[in-house]
Amino acid sequence: MNIRSFGHALPRRTVTNTELTRILDTSDEWIQAHTGIVSRRIMTGRETLSGLGAKAARMALDRAGLTPADIDYILCSTTRGEMTFPSTACLVQEKLGATCPCLDVNAGCTGFLYAMDVADAMLNMDKYSRVLIICAERISRMADWTDRSTCVLFGDAAGAAVCERGDRLKTVRLTAEGKAGPLHAWPGGGNCPFDDRIPEERPLYMNGQEIFKFAVTRSLRDIQAVMDGCGITADAVDFYVLHQANRRILDAVRDRLKQLAEKFPLNITDHGNTSSACIPVLLSEMEEDGRLQKGQTLVLSAFGAGLTTGAAVLQY
Amino acid sequence: MTTFETIAKMLAETKDLDVNEIKPEMTFTDLGLDSLDVAELVMNMEDELGVTIEISPALKTVQDVVALVDEQKK
Repeated sequence: MNIRSFGHALPRRTVTNTELTRILDTSDEWIQAHTGIVSRRIMTGRETLSGLGAKAARMALDRAGLTPADIDYILCSTTRGEMTFPSTACLVQEKLGATCPCLDVNAGCTGFLYAMDVADAMLNMDKYSRVLIICAERISRMADWTDRSTCVLFGDAAGAAVCERGDRLKTVRLTAEGKAGPLHAWPGGGNCPFDDRIPEERPLYMNGQEIFKFAVTRSLRDIQAVMDGCGITADAVDFYVLHQANRRILDAVRDRLKQLAEKFPLNITDHGNTSSACIPVLLSEMEEDGRLQKGQTLVLSAFGAGLTTGAAVLQY
Repeated sequence: MTTFETIAKMLAETKDLDVNEIKPEMTFTDLGLDSLDVAELVMNMEDELGVTIEISPALKTVQDVVALVDEQKK
């Protein structure tokens, strides 16, 4: 599989750390020192997840010189769709005016890597020649806005990638360790009159220490495995594009790989953790500012609820 | 080198502390470490000492970690 272009879209509303100090017992200095985050974008008003996803998709299509009619399949990675059904992929399709099949995937913050693997398999079937991946995330709807240790971390965003047949995706490694405890969010309750155990809406829970350790150890393991699998050294990689969960996770992985900071691009500073949208949004921004060039070797790595992980070597 | 000395040296190197000022009874908060610093210390110790340490809220002092490591070394 090749990725031809990326796109991204962000909500209008920026929420700074200082603004959060009005609702939480925290400070701009603490949040920056402990997470590397300065501000994040939060969806408000009439903004919709599918609207954000469609905007990211249009940017990716425009950059590739394509129209929605050129797409054979839409895959949408989201940890919670806009509606229970239809799928968010179908809602985005409607906004784009496309007519192809649509499917949602949920692998937590690892969603982009999982979607890439599904797209690669679809393209190898010879049934489809172009798959549009969209990662659309609205974690602000799930976050616990009374928990100062987690809600400051997240933001909303959408990223997109146009995938075509080719051999530039060198390898994808995915893992899952079914375990809800350290990182989970419950669905809303419904009102079935026969169900005496309807769960109430409960916000996202994360055990920061356990996830930190999981993220650093598994990311290093996965990155090393995909590099070994492709026979490339750490120094031969142009960029390590990692899930933007916390600046300190990124620094811990970089220190252990003994690589320069320039090779670990960031958007956590301005966007926070936007779940599966982090990586395609970051790559789209790098395409925009010229850092991302055709032919570069990228290592992608993500980790998230599941617990899932994924890593890939991609020649752009 | 005792387990305490190994951990004190590791803490001193990674968190830029004076090794002579680290005492077993000190809490990680006393040493200026937050929860993710403790998680990173645990990971470094697992790498260095070949032990597995489960992070829990009970890990409050340097001695708490020393005791866990020594227990596994038996």
